[in-house]
Amino acid sequence: MHELSICRSITAIVTKHAAGKPVKTVHLKVGELRQIVPDTLAYCWELVTDGSELASAELDIERVPGAIRCASCDETHTLTAPILVCPQCGGRDVTIVSGEEFLITSLELAEV
Amino acid sequence: MGRFHRHDDATGHGHGHGHDHDHDHDHDHGVGDHSGYATGGERIEVLERIFDENDRTAAANRADFDTHGVFTVNLMSSPGAGKTTLLRAALERLHRRIRVGIVEGDIETGLDADRLAGFGAQISLLNTANGFGGECHLDAPMVRSALSRLDLAAIDLLIVENVGNLVCPAEFHVGEHARAMVYAITEGEEKPLKYPVMFRSVDVVLVNKIDLLPHLDFDLAAFYRNLRDVNPDVAVVELSARTGQGVDAWIDWLEARCATQVAG
Repeated sequence: MHELSICRSITAIVTKHAAGKPVKTVHLKVGELRQIVPDTLAYCWELVTDGSELASAELDIERVPGAIRCASCDETHTLTAPILVCPQCGGRDVTIVSGEEFLITSLELAEV
Repeated sequence: MGRFHRHDDATGHGHGHGHDHDHDHDHDHGVGDHSGYATGGERIEVLERIFDENDRTAAANRADFDTHGVFTVNLMSSPGAGKTTLLRAALERLHRRIRVGIVEGDIETGLDADRLAGFGAQISLLNTANGFGGECHLDAPMVRSALSRLDLAAIDLLIVENVGNLVCPAEFHVGEHARAMVYAITEGEEKPLKYPVMFRSVDVVLVNKIDLLPHLDFDLAAFYRNLRDVNPDVAVVELSARTGQGVDAWIDWLEARCATQVAG
């Protein structure tokens, strides 16, 4: 359940950027190569923000598929499983080009 | 909410800030502009990595290790894979050869630290019980607090024994130079595919309980195929913490890596 401590980090970043303004939505990008479960994150967010000024703020999670670039065939492939082997040529000299993102992209403030 | 400005249209940033980052208002945001958004509520662009704070502390830990010439390994595994037994076997061999420090992560008890006492190592115990019933991993600030109880100048090798868990510790860097995981062959061949983030993040896998191989339906070749699928370059040491078989090979790995770490 590292999502719990992650949510604490998120609240700290959000609080800093919101600077007292009411937040409606926190937009996140979460790569699929991360071991972070969106549903668990949303659940922990409820726990961590309950009773705080962020209680009405929602998480909006954009998943980013994993993708690798193969050095042998110079192609980029989207991954359906976390296996770092080129699905085209079987090459193992691959570089992860996406899927490891984990960031807050923006805050949407509530209208008052 | 007098400080809050509602934007009635996407272009009406009429309260004194343009799109040139010459902001004079009170929220502290970083890169980018607002022009791509046309929603009713105001947007604040953030683009901040959620692990940034942890990683800043990890960098501070790392700087302290480098200052004192300490080589640091983050040792991870599932519960019961044999981390503490293996650490004890390693301490028996490293005792009087190099100076070892241990940061011991344990949810509730000091039991593991007790098992490691008596080999001259400095041990800093981190009970991770707090908040909602105990952390499942060590993060960089926790390790930083443990470092305050260690004399880094008198340590060559620091081993951070993480909390037994194949998920959470993988995501948190603590400032280590290398990551090792203990994997017991009793855990099954498919583990690298089920916990790819952990297996991908490590430099060496210590394949423990290898003495049990004749007694198990364990397909070692299948395990290595799965491991290479998620981490093609990882080093592997087969060993048994119980019998001592192979432990010297791990000691060699540790000593070789320690030798490359010189005080800066």
